[in-house]
Parts: sequence; structure tokens; C-alpha cells
Amino acid sequence: MSTARAEVAELAGREYAYGFSTDLDTDFAPRGLSEEVIALISAKKGEPDWLCDWRLGAYRHWRTLTEPSWQNVTYPPIAYDDIIYYAAPKKKAAPSSLDEVDPEVRAMFDKLGISLAEQERLSGVAVDAVVDSVSVATTFQARLAEAGVIFCSFSQAVRDHPDLVRAYLGSVVPFRDNFFAALNSAVFTDGSFCYVPKGVRCPMELSTYFRINAAGTGQFERTLIVAEEGASVSYLEGCTAPMRDEHQLHAAVVELVAMDDATIKYSTVQNWYPGDAEGRGGVYNFVTKRGRAAGARSKISWTQVETGSAITWKYPGVVLQGDGSVGEFYSVAVSAGHQQADTGTKMIHIGKDTRSTIVSKAISTGHGQNTYRGLVKMLRSAEGARNHTRCDSLLIGGDCGAHTFPYVEVKHPTAQVEHEATTSKVSDDQLFYARQRGISEEEATSMIVNGFCREVFRELPMEFAVEAQRLLSVSLEGAVG
Amino acid sequence: MLVVDDLHASIGGTEILHGLSLEIGDGEIHAVMGPNGSGKSTLAHVLAGRDPYQVTAGRVLYDGADLLAMTPEERAAAGVFLGFQHPVEIPGVPTMYFLRTALNALRRARHHEELGPVEFLALVDAKRRLVDMDRSLLDRAVNDGFSGGERKRNEILQMLVLEPRLAVLDETDSGLDIDALRVVAAGVRSLRAPHRSAVVITHHRRLLDHLVPDQVHVLAGGRIVRSGGADLAAELEAHGYAGVHEPGAEPHPVSTATAR
Repeated sequence: MSTARAEVAELAGREYAYGFSTDLDTDFAPRGLSEEVIALISAKKGEPDWLCDWRLGAYRHWRTLTEPSWQNVTYPPIAYDDIIYYAAPKKKAAPSSLDEVDPEVRAMFDKLGISLAEQERLSGVAVDAVVDSVSVATTFQARLAEAGVIFCSFSQAVRDHPDLVRAYLGSVVPFRDNFFAALNSAVFTDGSFCYVPKGVRCPMELSTYFRINAAGTGQFERTLIVAEEGASVSYLEGCTAPMRDEHQLHAAVVELVAMDDATIKYSTVQNWYPGDAEGRGGVYNFVTKRGRAAGARSKISWTQVETGSAITWKYPGVVLQGDGSVGEFYSVAVSAGHQQADTGTKMIHIGKDTRSTIVSKAISTGHGQNTYRGLVKMLRSAEGARNHTRCDSLLIGGDCGAHTFPYVEVKHPTAQVEHEATTSKVSDDQLFYARQRGISEEEATSMIVNGFCREVFRELPMEFAVEAQRLLSVSLEGAVG
Repeated sequence: MLVVDDLHASIGGTEILHGLSLEIGDGEIHAVMGPNGSGKSTLAHVLAGRDPYQVTAGRVLYDGADLLAMTPEERAAAGVFLGFQHPVEIPGVPTMYFLRTALNALRRARHHEELGPVEFLALVDAKRRLVDMDRSLLDRAVNDGFSGGERKRNEILQMLVLEPRLAVLDETDSGLDIDALRVVAAGVRSLRAPHRSAVVITHHRRLLDHLVPDQVHVLAGGRIVRSGGADLAAELEAHGYAGVHEPGAEPHPVSTATAR
């Protein structure tokens, strides 16, 4: 144990005595980041030494890095020393009934068709509702356990399945990967863990909605999903409620590992708070997501619908390691108002006869700026590898922009890479045509945009597809006219 | 049903219609003919409420109401349909879905119950046979990759499904072969009813031979310069537009007032 850690343990004890347990309201770490704070977080969570050391290693590495600036987005510098890296849910902040929830938020819920019970849960109201959802989760867990599937919070996984976590944590996204991955590795607070054993098809769609309950803790979560040989799992990550926090940094890491013949389907519908009409506030969504198709004929598929955040910056990718493995990326990214999105994917082909498909649909409106950035890399070993990429951009109005940056590296002569790109506009002619038939401008816009996204929505599980369509309509409200 | 009174309309600051007057009674089909640039399409677009066209003077009454004060979708709900000269492509939106959305929007506006998918399918299936349109086209995106003729058939199909009270067909016959022309004419005729009217804008007599309009109007220089019966179309074809309107000459008196 390092001396820093010893000091911190002591410090943690002191802090604990003075604030942590007695009053939930003040359950937070000191502002800013230091080895002490990291060890404090680790101690708070009762983590084993190896994990604390791993965090500290990540932190030390992070300190040697500078924030990247190559992405096609602009934002004022982030004051990393001003962030609180550990904060438990603040009970006082939670409204006691739905009537106290911001009417704008309520209106949004209504438009999304979220039930009252769900609304209560999402707003962090009613303790009953929370208890309800906990018991629901338990029911699911029992059914999952029967099938041998482990699905729990990351913290619980560290406690109950430390060997599994240790074996795979950082195996796809090492903390040296990038600035935000290093930061996340140092300070991540929770997240989810899923392990599907050999030959098991997960009996239900797994989803995480819980992360949006607690406003203060969601910024640095970590997800790890492992599918053993022949296993399959479909995982949904949803944020259907807007966060009202000001310029919150959200730097998550998601790692997927698929062994021989295993399939992982990961779907995201992201609707973090995008900031107000003038571009104030909103979430910086800087996320590292990667899957390792480690086994032969394994398959990893990412589907994302990104409608929220002030800035979205992420490239869910697949490392196609096993021979005949498959990687897919289906994306809809919306940038309305002053939102900026720089998103795409990385497909790294290592194994023979690996295949990847990329379908990216970018929608820009208002002053939104949307960038597709994608890397397709065929290594020397990737005999017979194939990729097909389609990038379509849709512009609504005259002040927005769409940009496409495809990067292609091919090192094997038999590998094939195809890239198609289109840019189109929702034209006045189209809108008038629809309106002449009696369809309102808003409905027409939503219809045209949904038509544009159809290929991607088709990949989403049913309820999610419906939700995504609604979300899109809400995001684009007032985009025209 | 429709009274156009001294209509002046311009686009981009250039006046195209210079005092157009026209009156259409219930159950009537009127043809509007005229050379290129005479303002035929402008008339169609102004009636439907297309944005960049500005009405600078005059009025249009539709069933006694101020048509120009209504939004395009309100006009549609009131029963005005425009058959486009250049139907627009809407990629990704299946024709069937588009048409059902349109019909149900109209039904909502008229406080009728919406049609479910099954009833709608039966309706469309009956109508598409009338215009000899392949079922598979309906599953494709609106006009996406449609041939010229298929687009026009699609316009007529939409008209038949939406059953407008006033149909304005803007050169629906242009670029159609004889068979397609018959189909279009049959479509328009099948809608003929005492409470429905149509304005058929065309360059050619061919369509009118199939339709037999109650009135034929010659539009030139942004005004109706001559009106007459169905035989006027034959005369125009024989002598051309030059015969009915010399530049600088006084236009013929408008005779639509008699056409009730």
C-alpha cells in the first residue's frame, strides 16, 4: 500500500466521521481531483486495493495528458478542479411531489408518453416509486440468476465478482486510451456490469435507466459487458429524461467483450439536457465506448440515437479480433439549437473475413453542427475483410452544418472498403407538398426526418424505436417555420 | 364555389398575375390554357397557398370564405387539392404511410374518426386500380425513383383518396402517353359530382377531349383573355394562342359570369 493511500484512508475516516454518514445531504467529496480524493472515493466504496491502485495509476497517467482539441467542437475550458467527483443523491434537492417538478420537464415527459409512475421515478420523487423500482429490479435479477446471467451495479460486481471485474476491466478501453478514459478510470463512481455465461441467451433485454435518478453521480459511470462463448445479450442504455444541470461533464466508459460465436447488441437512446435556446448549460457527453469481438464469428452491434447533450463526442467502436467476426454501427445524431455533435465509430479489423457495417444519419437544425468521424482500419492480418459505410446528412434550415471525416487505412490487399455519403435538405418543396395534403408543418418535418432515420430505427428494439421517434419529434419541435 | 376577383400576384417582386378573375360553380370543370409564362402555375400555387408567391391585390372566395387567409393545410382541410406539375420526392417515407397520414389529418380537421390501417388499405386498393397503379409503388418512398408517369398517377391516386371538393390540376397531363392520359382523365371524371369542381391547367387539348370541360379559359399575360365552351380548346389548337390575344390588344371581355 502506498503512503498516499494510507494517508487517504485516514482522511477518509475523518471525512466519514464529519460528514458522510450522518447527513446524506453533505455526502460528497471535496471539490477537485487529487490522489487523496481518488483514494477517498475508493475507500468510500469499500474497494479492494488492486482497484484503488488501478484508479491511482489512471490518475497519474491522466495528469500527464492534455485535453484533446482535434474534435470539431468548441467549448470553454473545463475547470477540472472545480468538479465534485463524488456526490451521493441529495435528498433535499428531490421534489416531494410531481407538482414541484419543473413544468417544462413535465411537459417533456408528457410528450414522450412516459407514465406517471415512471415520471415520478425519473424525477426522483416518491420514495415508494423508488422502492417499487428496486423490487422490480430484484424480480428481474432472480429470473436472470436462474439463467446464470449476472446483471448488477458496477459496485456490487466489484464486491461480489471481483475476479471477473479484474479480468476484464480496462481490457478493451485501457486507461491509457485517451484523456477522458483516463479520467473516468480514476474517478468512476458506478455503472453496470453484465456477465452472460457460455451458451446462454439472456432471457430478456437488459436496460439501465437508473443512472439518471441521481443527478450528482451520473457523470462518470462505467459499464462492462462480457458474453462468453455462444452467449447473446441485448442491452439498452436509456436516458429518456432531460437533465437540468448546468454544463455537466459526462465522461463514461463502456467496454464490451464477446467470445466465440457470442453476440452483444448495445442500444443507446441519449437525451441529456442539451442546453437552453441560447446555448447556455447542457451536458458535455464525452464518452468512450468500445467492443472487442474477441472470438471467432462473434458479433458486436452498436445502435445509438443521440438527441441530447450540448456537445456529443463519442465513437463507439469494435475491435474485430476473431476470424469472421462482425461489427455494426447504426447511428442517428441530432444537433438542434446550439448543440454540437462529433460522433462516429472505429472499426478495427484484425481477424480474417471480418465484416463491418456503418450507417450514420446526422440531422442538423437551428445552429447545430454535426460531424461524422469514422475510422475503418484493416490490419495486415485482415485477409478478406470488408466494410461498408453509409453517411447521410440531413439539414433543416440555413444556419446549421454537416461535416464528414472518414478515415480509411487498409493494409491487406484483399480487404474491401466502401464509403457512400449524401447530404440532403428538408426542402420547402417537401414541406409544402405535405401541407397541401393537409399534414401540418410539424408533423411533416417529423415524418420526413423519421423517414430519413428509418434504417437505424429498424435496428432498435421495438419500444425503444417508438421512444426514439417521439424523442426526435420533440427535439425538432420548432425547428422549421 | 370559387370566385377569383381581380387577383394580382407576384414572385420575387415580379408581378405575374395582373388582375385575374374567374368564377367556378359547383360541379363544374374549368380548363385553363395558355402559353408558357402566362401565369398558369402561379394561379395554381396561389390557390394552394405556396409561400414565395405574394398576393398584392384582389381576393379569392372559396364557398364565401377568404381562401387567401388560410394556411395550406387549412385549405386542404377545406377540400382544396393541388395536383403538382412536379411532384416532390420524400425519401424514406412510404407512399402508403404518407397518404394515410394525409387522409387522417384531413379527417381529424373535419372531426371525423381516423381510418385504421386495414380500412385504409381496402380504400387505397380500390382507388389504385382506377389509376392502374402497381401495388409495389405504394410501399416505396413518396415519388422516390418514380417515373414521370408514375408520379402523375400517384397525384391522381392521392386526389381520389382525399376526395377534394376543389381539385386544381397543374399540367398533370404533361409528359404522359395516351394510356396514362386516359387514366388521368378517368380519375378526374370519377370524382365528378354536383358538389365537386375542378380547375384543369393544361397546354394540350388531348386531356380536355377526355374530360369535356364546362368552360375553357385562355390565360395570357397574367389575365384571362378569353373564355368559352369546350370547343375553344379545338380552336386554340388550330390557331394557337396568338389568335386569341395580340400583345397590346384589349383582352376579350371575361364571360365567366354566365357560367354558374
